[in-house]
Amino acid sequence: MPRYAALIYGTEETGEPNPELWGTIMSEYMHFGEVAGAAGVIGGGEALQPTNMATTIQVTGGAKGGDVIATDGPFAETKEALGGFYLLDCKDLDEALSWAAQIPGAWRGRVEVRPVIDMSEMG
Amino acid sequence: MARPRRSAPGHRHERDGLIDPLDEIIRIEGGQVLATLIRLTGDIDRAEDALHDALVVAADVWRRDGVPDKPGAWLTTVARNKELDRIRREARRAPKEVEAFRLLTESDANPDVDNRDDRLRLLFTCCHPALSPESQVALALRTICGLSTVDIARVFLVPEATIGQRISRAKAKIAKARIPYRVPDPHELPDRLRPVLATVYAVFTAGHHAPMGELGERVDLADEAIRLARVLVELMPDEAECVGLLALTLATNARRLARTDSAGEIVLLADQDRSLWDHAAIAEAAALVDSVLRRGRPGAYQMQAAIACLHGTAPTYADTDWPQIAELYLLLENRWPTPVVRVNRAVAVAEVAGPQAGLALLDELVGGPTERWHLYWSTRADFQRRLGDTAAAAESYRQALSCPCNDSDRRFMERRLAALE
Repeated sequence: MPRYAALIYGTEETGEPNPELWGTIMSEYMHFGEVAGAAGVIGGGEALQPTNMATTIQVTGGAKGGDVIATDGPFAETKEALGGFYLLDCKDLDEALSWAAQIPGAWRGRVEVRPVIDMSEMG
Repeated sequence: MARPRRSAPGHRHERDGLIDPLDEIIRIEGGQVLATLIRLTGDIDRAEDALHDALVVAADVWRRDGVPDKPGAWLTTVARNKELDRIRREARRAPKEVEAFRLLTESDANPDVDNRDDRLRLLFTCCHPALSPESQVALALRTICGLSTVDIARVFLVPEATIGQRISRAKAKIAKARIPYRVPDPHELPDRLRPVLATVYAVFTAGHHAPMGELGERVDLADEAIRLARVLVELMPDEAECVGLLALTLATNARRLARTDSAGEIVLLADQDRSLWDHAAIAEAAALVDSVLRRGRPGAYQMQAAIACLHGTAPTYADTDWPQIAELYLLLENRWPTPVVRVNRAVAVAEVAGPQAGLALLDELVGGPTERWHLYWSTRADFQRRLGDTAAAAESYRQALSCPCNDSDRRFMERRLAALE
């Protein structure tokens, strides 16, 4: 079964958290987890800490063994940050897109769907 | 992994500039056959290779024994056997090949089965929203209409390498992201039909803007688009915009013979010999428009079709219902303010209220991207000429000539400019 990563992007909340909104979002995700879980579609997934918790590292020189440079923050500073992801096991892109459209992040932000490389089909 | 790519299915060989009738049959049948082979093999590249092998056999056998009664079924059978041989030879038994083997063997039962559904599947695959609009059109022209990348590049006035890249990227995405080969469910149609209609219309306009060098004489893209629009209407009769698109292409194409003179030069609508118009096609389009507008779900294609029918049923240019055409363009512009719609509305308004009023509408487009469109400038030039401002008109024609356009449009504008000077 092909696997897709559904990458959930959205604007990060700054300032005081709103408990009511947080509760709504949580219940939306619970609902998605139940429905998609029951359908056997979810192959994994995590929610991520916000980008101010992120550290980006790069090894300089373009080869192994170079200096490691760690930078505070995400790789790309954009309005919408990666907030979490699901791995979806679906027969084709249309099925993956129809599930992705049910992820709350799709109406609260955006969801990018990317096929996962199937290592067994390589070489 | 990468296999050498061969020429497009039905790629025409030019022999002293003549069209080989076999090549024409192959091009028209090829799209149908390819669509079926893609369903059976589950892979566009494999399907193209199998079709290519079958065409090599056909070129030989058909020239010797004549074209069979059902060339499409014949090609499908030969291509299917070629692909079966290849799978056996490769002895690769990945799940995908096993499935292809099963489908190819089963399809033996009835090679004549109506494969219009396959064409529709292929069209929806080519026009999947996961592909860029440019790739959608290029891929549809290549797979469904059997055009070579050289021809597609000519149609869109872009380098051949660009088209090749668009097609190979689209194919790679179809394979890797597993864009399915199916007609979407009814609830998905509103979203999925839009790019399909846009692609068919792009195929039509590419053909309608002939003559564009030799392609205009060799490949009838306008007819191809009308055929596709008919298939869409047959298979989705409830979709009002499918009917609108068919009516629009029919009514526009009906004026085609009158659009150029014997030397292939452009003849403006005002100067066209209306007896050359295909009035049967216009009547068919008008009947379609009447029936579909009664459903009360007007869309861009239906409205443009209504405009084309008003032109088509007008006895003369002067006796055209310009107020109604201007009104329809206003409705269109309110929802789809594209450069084409805005310039066309200016033309209609100029017929109702004079060139000054038309020019005022064009002034709203100054400084925008429309200034890269030659017909914006030539329309402007025409209004200025009618207002007696020869110098401004000449300058506008010069601007028009600095925009990208095809040779016949260029010659037309050069003649207009010369007449002013």
